[in-house]
Amino acid sequence: MIYSDIAIIAFSIAVMADLFLFKNSLLTRPAFWTSYAIILPFQFITNWWLTSKNIVMYDPDAIVGLRIFSAPAEDLLFGFALILGVMDMWEFWGRRGMQRDPRSSKSKDKNDKN
Amino acid sequence: MAMLIFTVCGSFWLEIVFKIGVLRRIKRVALSVLPISACFLAWDAYAISQGHWFFDREQMLGIVGPFSIPLEEYLFFIVVPMAAIMTIEGVTTVKPHWRKDEFGE
Repeated sequence: MIYSDIAIIAFSIAVMADLFLFKNSLLTRPAFWTSYAIILPFQFITNWWLTSKNIVMYDPDAIVGLRIFSAPAEDLLFGFALILGVMDMWEFWGRRGMQRDPRSSKSKDKNDKN
Repeated sequence: MAMLIFTVCGSFWLEIVFKIGVLRRIKRVALSVLPISACFLAWDAYAISQGHWFFDREQMLGIVGPFSIPLEEYLFFIVVPMAAIMTIEGVTTVKPHWRKDEFGE
């Protein structure tokens, strides 16, 4: 498997998990898409920096070859899967009552043993 | 490393300005970030071993951890997910009505 394959798999798993595994899909909510719209330009900037200066390099045989702001297009799937996965987990724990309140580190849900 | 510092600067101010309290909820952060990062680090290890991507040692700190993964990569998978959490918390702080769906309340 090359980067392209794994990126598509990771993206698919993240999307499927969000839609069907987590009960409250982030993909249907403006909070996620607004956050992603904020994050995406920063991803372009940092990715452009890392790839244009050859800090990170890619085997031409491991990518499709389409580049967006110097970074492989696969990076978009990679970043999307990472961000969606982490936000889903964050929401998952929040829904279970873990550390919901920004002002307190205490958990409020009786199901949470801490 | 500069990229990581840029990410920290670009997101951690939300912690102070919007009082999102993400750092205060470090346990929830850890339990959210670590399972996902573990998957991505496994991917990273595989990609490095297969030569899908590689790094310019001259432009890095030069510290390499387990599975031939550079220190910067380990830090990347901590800093970037935290920045993502801070972003969505920042967004829902500015738009509290979007928080409604969060817990189905």
